[in-house]
Amino acid sequence: MIQQGGAPGSGSARPAAPRGDFPLQTGADHLIRLESITKIYGSGDAAVVALDDFSLDVEAGELLAVMGPSGSGKSTLMNILGCLDTPTSGRYWFGGEDVSRLNETQLAHVRNRRIGFVFQQFQLLPRLSAWRNVELPLLYRGEHDRRALALHALDQVGLSNRVDHRPTQLSGGQQQRVAIARALVTDPDLILADEPTGNLDSVASRDVLAILRDLNQQGRTIVIITHDPEVAPVAQRTVVMRDGRLVHGVAA
Amino acid sequence: MSLLHTIETGLRSLLGHRLRSVLTTLGILFGVAAVISVVGIGQASSDSVTARISSLGTNLLTITPGSTVSGGVFGGGGTANTLTMSDVAGLIDHQNAPDVAAVAPVSQGRESLVSTSSNWSTTVSGSTADWLVANSRDIGTGSFITASDVSSQAHVIVLGATTASNLGASVGDLITVKQIPFQVIGILASAGSQGFGNQDDLAVVPITTAQGELVGGVGSVQRILLSSTSQATLGSAYIEANQVLLQTHHITNATQADYSITSSTQVLSTAQAVTQTLTILLASVAAISLLVGGIGVMNIMLVSVTERTGEIGLRKALGATPGDLFRQFVIEAGVLTAVGGLLGVGTGLAAGYIVPRTANIAVTITPLPVLIAVAVAVAVGLIFGVYPALRAARLAPIEALRAQ
Repeated sequence: MIQQGGAPGSGSARPAAPRGDFPLQTGADHLIRLESITKIYGSGDAAVVALDDFSLDVEAGELLAVMGPSGSGKSTLMNILGCLDTPTSGRYWFGGEDVSRLNETQLAHVRNRRIGFVFQQFQLLPRLSAWRNVELPLLYRGEHDRRALALHALDQVGLSNRVDHRPTQLSGGQQQRVAIARALVTDPDLILADEPTGNLDSVASRDVLAILRDLNQQGRTIVIITHDPEVAPVAQRTVVMRDGRLVHGVAA
Repeated sequence: MSLLHTIETGLRSLLGHRLRSVLTTLGILFGVAAVISVVGIGQASSDSVTARISSLGTNLLTITPGSTVSGGVFGGGGTANTLTMSDVAGLIDHQNAPDVAAVAPVSQGRESLVSTSSNWSTTVSGSTADWLVANSRDIGTGSFITASDVSSQAHVIVLGATTASNLGASVGDLITVKQIPFQVIGILASAGSQGFGNQDDLAVVPITTAQGELVGGVGSVQRILLSSTSQATLGSAYIEANQVLLQTHHITNATQADYSITSSTQVLSTAQAVTQTLTILLASVAAISLLVGGIGVMNIMLVSVTERTGEIGLRKALGATPGDLFRQFVIEAGVLTAVGGLLGVGTGLAAGYIVPRTANIAVTITPLPVLIAVAVAVAVGLIFGVYPALRAARLAPIEALRAQ
């Protein structure tokens, strides 16, 4: 068992919940509880263990940084946390619901309603204007007031004067802010950022991290997966991964 | 995602690749247009053949001479002069052939007709009073050749409407054929231009006059036209005529008959079968082009799925279900083919309007082939759109995201 997964890591704003007692019975107390997650790619001799009996809790309202070198299992963790992939074994509780056994369509609903993604490559559709990009997740939930919600989200990231610009007309930092707006627009329980500063210069990086920190201070739960040391000071808690396991977990 | 948004997303993506969408649409467009115009041309030629043959009368039998065999050389059908006026006399006899209503021997040749104002070359048929009945024709003005004209070898002539107007001749005028003066005694009512050639461009004289002074071959006739008393008795008229001729020709083995009898319905069904076969053949070629167009749609959709793997991954991450993506890509394929199909209908109808006016080829467009062509085009698009759409729906989001 990985004790670090259940290590207490509360911010000053929240009451500390009693944790760290194994075995875990339910994820109901936490926004996220990963319980002995193992992810194996391939089979036989070619099998690669990307996550090895991995456990981790994330509290609602937390800003958690997951760090580690390449090949440590960060991307796999991000895919599992984002419901983009399912674990080989173990349980994943999201808001008290076991999402590790859901089918593809049910996972799509969880991603749409509860998770906002920010990617290293921004992943904006080049033919769509900023607000049309932000609107995208709302299309998949049948929202009516899409333009107003998209404009509000763009306002939150300080881009209300760029709503009709296409991604190519925006700087890297602005594109990443559009992507954050797109993650915000559905009012998700969790914002999952995968190397959000990986493609940005230091000024834009600070800019984006400041926005993520502001969002966290407004009560958003954010998990940043990164190897950028600049991220750690922003986070309340940083965990370090190596070989599919947690090696270090500290409260910020 | 609601269907409306799925369609909107599909349309936006198609508009984003305008050139590609237009080129893909062209394949379907030409396929549908080809099917519509080819079937239209086939329908028109079938109609025209049917009309031509029906105008000859559906209770008509035509007796033609058999082949000559001299010194072992087969001369081909109609080369012998085996039909005579005594055959005609035998066929007219109601005792022998009760179901035969009219018997018209024909000996014809191409002659130059000269009136006071002009001259005109046309087919001059020698025949009897029954010619009118056997050919289902009516006299317009004046009268037709009578039995006494035939027996007296009278110099009288009946003209078709076109011939009369070209000659500027009317009833009572004198015209000359081979320097022999003939009196115009009648002009036929117009039968329209639907015939083997113009049915209104001809002239009829008594058969005795034709044999004696114009075509030659006294006593023998080139062919004999028979009409049965009704369409129902055509079969028995055929049998009776055959028996009479076997008897008068002293033939015991029917397979060695030196003549042949064909009915207009036989000719009609043969001709219809031929045009139908041709239409089916051409329509099949056109349908193949439609199929090729459909494969073109699948090809482009597969390219589109591969090219947009990243976009698909992103949409999945943002909450698109496999069903959402499947519908989006099927709709894109469906829109491409539906637009191509509708434009194809427009092109096909335009061809149906332009071709008859420029190339002198008749085109008859009926609603059914148009509907079938469009339905097939859309079905083709949806069927060929399913595979690429399934590929899109089944892409794993992480694989798809990594592709970008």
